[in-house]
Amino acid sequence: MADQSTFADQAMEYAPQLYSAALRMTRNQADAEDLVQEAYLRGFRSFHTFQEGTNLRAWLFRILTNAYINKYRAKQRRPQETDLADVEDLYLYRRLGSLETAAASMSAEEQFLDLFTDDEVKHALEELPENFRLPVLLADVEGFAYKEIAEMLEIPIGTVMSRLHRGRKAMQRALYEYAEARGLTVEPAESPADTS
Amino acid sequence: MPDCNETLRELDAFLDDELSDEVRVHIHEHLDGCYDCLQTFEFHAELKIAIRRKCTNDEMPAGLLSKIERCFDTDFDGDGVVGGS
Repeated sequence: MADQSTFADQAMEYAPQLYSAALRMTRNQADAEDLVQEAYLRGFRSFHTFQEGTNLRAWLFRILTNAYINKYRAKQRRPQETDLADVEDLYLYRRLGSLETAAASMSAEEQFLDLFTDDEVKHALEELPENFRLPVLLADVEGFAYKEIAEMLEIPIGTVMSRLHRGRKAMQRALYEYAEARGLTVEPAESPADTS
Repeated sequence: MPDCNETLRELDAFLDDELSDEVRVHIHEHLDGCYDCLQTFEFHAELKIAIRRKCTNDEMPAGLLSKIERCFDTDFDGDGVVGGS
């Protein structure tokens, strides 16, 4: 059992991470601040249920996710389950993969960092429907395991995996559209649709 | 050893470190001999790193930390009322 008086000492170091995640969830600063505060207050009150020695970061993210789902989802009036148009597998790779060979001295990571602005990547994530956005946020940005995400979102692991897969592809398409709008892309290397 | 299609099917789970040791070894064996798949995996691994870096650099508003810590001082009774008003 964890001692409430030590909560701040142990938990505050995660505030910047929780704030970033809250921004991706709520998509505005005022709500993100409220959400982080709410999560810390909930964590503080229920810290006696935290098992000392287990993952405090995951515990806090679970509270943050719950607080968001309970408090802000209704407010944002977004449909709870939104579907996504199907995007082909390897969407971005088929369009940008050849960039890597074009500039062999740069890693693909460096190219992505140059090619997309921070805001574009944030928007591409934030524009995903919530049921896809949360799995992508928790896996790709926060690095949680499928099992942890399944517990946080109270959905089966198979659902986590399929939403991640489809959410990532939709995000890749959004990124490609941003890059394309700035004229920064090359022609797709091979696309069966273009052979007509 | 898995073929290209079987390997690509495991792309997500591989990047997310969710494969069993056995499957992971088989994927590595395929990637060692298949430049196309290796390129594909590297592209997505690096994209994932870039996304993480670009989505975790938000600056916390000044004052948020102290606002949170004030909650702890004022909510010891656990009534959910912050700031006493």
